[in-house]
Amino acid sequence: MLSYAELEGLEGEAGNFTAKILKKPRYVNESRCTGCRNCVEKCPVEVPDVFNQSLSKNKAIHIYFSQAIPLITYIDPNYCLYLKEKKCGICADICKNQAIDFEQRPTLLEVKVGAVVLSLGFEPYDPRSRPEYGYGTIPNVITSMDFERILSSTGPYEGEIRRPSDLKHPKKVAWIQCVGSRQVLEGGHSYCSSVCCTYTQKQVILAKTHDPDMECVVFHNDIRAFGKGFERFYKRALGLPKVRFIRAYPAIVGGDPLTGNVILRYATSEGVREESFDLVVLSVGLSAPLGLRGMAQRLGLELHPHGFLRPWGFELLETSRPGIFVSGAALGPMDIPEAVYTASGAASRCGVVLTYRRGKLTVPRVYPEERKVQAEEPRVGVFVCHCGANIGRVVNVPELVRYALGLPHVVYAEEDLFWCSTDGTKRIMEAVKEKGLNRVVVAACTPKTHEPTFKDSIRMGGINQYLVDMANIREHCTWVHPLEREEAQRKAEDLIRMSLARALALEPLQEYEIPVDKRVLVIGGGVAGMTCALDLAEQGHEVWLLEREAELGGMARRIHWTPDGLDVQVFLEELIKKVNLHPLIHVLLGAKIVEATGYMGNFLTKVRSNGFLYEIKHGVTVIATGAEEYRPKEYLYGEDERVLTGLELEGLLWQRDPRVLEAKTVVMIQCVGSRNEEHNYCSRVCCGQSVKNALKLKELNPSCDVFVLYRDMRTYGFLEDLYREAAQKGVIFIRYEEEKPPQVQKGAEGLKVLVEEPILGSKVELEADLLVLAVALVPRADNPELGQLFKVSLDEDGFFKEAHVKLRPVDFGTEGIYLCGTAHGPKYIQEAIAQAHAAAGRAMTVLSQDKLTSSGIVCEVKRERCIGCGMCVEACLYGAITLEETKQGKKAQVIPVLCKGCGLCNAKCPTGAIELKHFRDRQIEAEIDALVSLDFVKVFINDEGKVA
Amino acid sequence: MGTFGLLRGRAFYDVLVTGGGISGVQAALDLANAGFKVLLVDRGPSIGGHMAQLDKTFPTNDCSI
Repeated sequence: MLSYAELEGLEGEAGNFTAKILKKPRYVNESRCTGCRNCVEKCPVEVPDVFNQSLSKNKAIHIYFSQAIPLITYIDPNYCLYLKEKKCGICADICKNQAIDFEQRPTLLEVKVGAVVLSLGFEPYDPRSRPEYGYGTIPNVITSMDFERILSSTGPYEGEIRRPSDLKHPKKVAWIQCVGSRQVLEGGHSYCSSVCCTYTQKQVILAKTHDPDMECVVFHNDIRAFGKGFERFYKRALGLPKVRFIRAYPAIVGGDPLTGNVILRYATSEGVREESFDLVVLSVGLSAPLGLRGMAQRLGLELHPHGFLRPWGFELLETSRPGIFVSGAALGPMDIPEAVYTASGAASRCGVVLTYRRGKLTVPRVYPEERKVQAEEPRVGVFVCHCGANIGRVVNVPELVRYALGLPHVVYAEEDLFWCSTDGTKRIMEAVKEKGLNRVVVAACTPKTHEPTFKDSIRMGGINQYLVDMANIREHCTWVHPLEREEAQRKAEDLIRMSLARALALEPLQEYEIPVDKRVLVIGGGVAGMTCALDLAEQGHEVWLLEREAELGGMARRIHWTPDGLDVQVFLEELIKKVNLHPLIHVLLGAKIVEATGYMGNFLTKVRSNGFLYEIKHGVTVIATGAEEYRPKEYLYGEDERVLTGLELEGLLWQRDPRVLEAKTVVMIQCVGSRNEEHNYCSRVCCGQSVKNALKLKELNPSCDVFVLYRDMRTYGFLEDLYREAAQKGVIFIRYEEEKPPQVQKGAEGLKVLVEEPILGSKVELEADLLVLAVALVPRADNPELGQLFKVSLDEDGFFKEAHVKLRPVDFGTEGIYLCGTAHGPKYIQEAIAQAHAAAGRAMTVLSQDKLTSSGIVCEVKRERCIGCGMCVEACLYGAITLEETKQGKKAQVIPVLCKGCGLCNAKCPTGAIELKHFRDRQIEAEIDALVSLDFVKVFINDEGKVA
Repeated sequence: MGTFGLLRGRAFYDVLVTGGGISGVQAALDLANAGFKVLLVDRGPSIGGHMAQLDKTFPTNDCSI
């Protein structure tokens, strides 16, 4: 990893690039700095803290933020007195590690690489380019990024909501949407930034948790809550007390110099109104990353007209230069799950290009043979960490070392500034070897951060890696009571003593290894399933592709154009051909799964297809079963042949059917079957589909009047341009409210559509030749059945539920099974394709391994105590426990590779038959005893109460 | 993670990932776990990107960092 460095140039071609990388000077030697922050404390120069949006101060030398990676300092040369005028130099004097290096210069590095992924992100829109927002001139007008930092506990006001001018707690806050987005004005962007509606709702909800009494007002245009779970989230924000959503563009009149408040003026149905707010938040959009234009030029890449790296075509992740891929918001405004799945997708695309060299450059770590320690007398080493100043400033670390040395079985104790440093871990390894340690206690931070590091060191030292325990004297001690130093010292001693007691009770554990079957089962032969299958086959894996229908293609068979004008049928035909011709892909049509067993690495699925029964062994499973078009019960659908769905209209447009060529008036109704009680979600694609069809209609039949009746037009991202184009070409958009949906009656000539326009309250009557319903995408009826077969769950709406909505968008909670396409939720074809690559990318992290290693911390059943009640089986979230028939009746059995060591089953078991290794009752009891039992304490404290 | 070799001119990687925000980090992790040697380059002093600046993420309101 290289931080503070930029890609300057790239020569060569896929498989053999030479990248030029400019490493900027930090003025700090990265391998010497331990992140102790002593220099930061002593630096006399205060600078605006960029990480906190310049709302607070930092020093000229500082760590970017408290959880930065790498956790080391850098010097801002614009402010440093030494770098500017050769004055000061205090940091260099104070640094114990001689890490400060004022002589550093930019260095150009050359690296040979096979492929490149550009994940360059975005730049928040800077509202200073539009002075009327008052940002930078009115102190209490801030951006949403500023507010995000204000909300954060590590932010400028330590998590309290205050306003910049006078640090008062604001009681009335306004958010203004679409700042820098959906604007055809100098300094703005014409596209929609996709994420601002929902992040604003999040900020409202969080602000209300900070101060339930706060009055929150959101000034918005369409609310675009199109992502998974967003509609419910919007309703949650909408339902909070003292929260108003107002559909209006407010003007910022100015700041009130007396109160510091900000006055907004906006139009309502009753006329223009002025209202005063304590704080105004500008919901800024997403701009293309800074410097992207220059980089694209240097690298020879084509840019989207909006300045992002989004290519024109079905494949979003490819650039115009082979071997260079894109992921994340550099593709255009997107939310985190999309940034994550485009990344996994780009990884898969790199894998396709570089599959011949996989594993060639990586070197596996070799560990020495493990010493058998169980027969040995306990010999414990205690390693107490200063954690820079985090621990050392509150408690006396040398005292803790002396205390530890006085405890039974402790043969070695030592302190270090950072035991987690390369040098520190090496010293632990050497101590284990040289002092013959067979248990180790590290008194430092949380095991969440560095336990793997210390496990590795003692393993390198030759003992089982599970023989280490961490006493958390940072989070549990010095961080929480930095002022009570005496008590903190005693508590640190208690924690070390408890940890020692636990370490003495630890046992060596073996990890489980299972071989990985390299074959794949992809369920669903639509665009997503086929794309995923091809990616995996091109990386050398045999794929079984199941399709329930008699032919491949899925929903895409009925789609003719994408909103951006790509020909879907040509693409689909090509894709089907590739799949059918690939020697590693077996397609089973008319397929039905009858049984599914096994787990990651070793699945066995039985499939019936065309009268044959196949038993397929595979290492991973991909679910790409798609979604269905909602069959409407409303608006005379099925009763009158002039009422169509969006897809049906698309078919007629494709066939140049006289009914559309001769229509005088076409009315489209949005949200049919979406955003209601039955389907409490937005179907994401219908607005774009209607705009696309409306434009096509106008192209084929220019004199036709096209009306779109909508609740919120959700043409997010660059689709906004099409919405604008449709409006310019005369398509008439009329809004209706959920409570007052349009009414349709059969008229003498056409269909009579009545709609009430909410702002003016006027009723509009339309005579339609065709009524087109933008119907919902609904989950497939057989999702529950498939979910049960593979032990994966569905979300509230009936779509498949990913492991984590943000960070693991294509994984399931059950390992080795991945998800892509509309089975996950409604999405456009290009999105489904990118997600299909992602499922392949995630699957490759398993398939590229010959064997899987599971943790040694797994549950174990004492058979004689098990009564076979099955409560553990129900409690297990990972399907890791099964009931087996034995001679003594049913007994629970743990599949170690699936067990995550969560311990839920332990709590449920009525007979104490199931126990989690490494967290056995006696190990935990030993810790508790060491805390409370005076007898235990007496063992090593002498009569004067001093450490012996 | 070590870049020691890089500064000594021994610089061969399978994939270069530029940008250490959530997307770059995910790409780098997936590639590394699929058997490739990856160099992750970020222009800032720390990886994390904009997501590190966010307090919580919608719609679950999970902590962002």
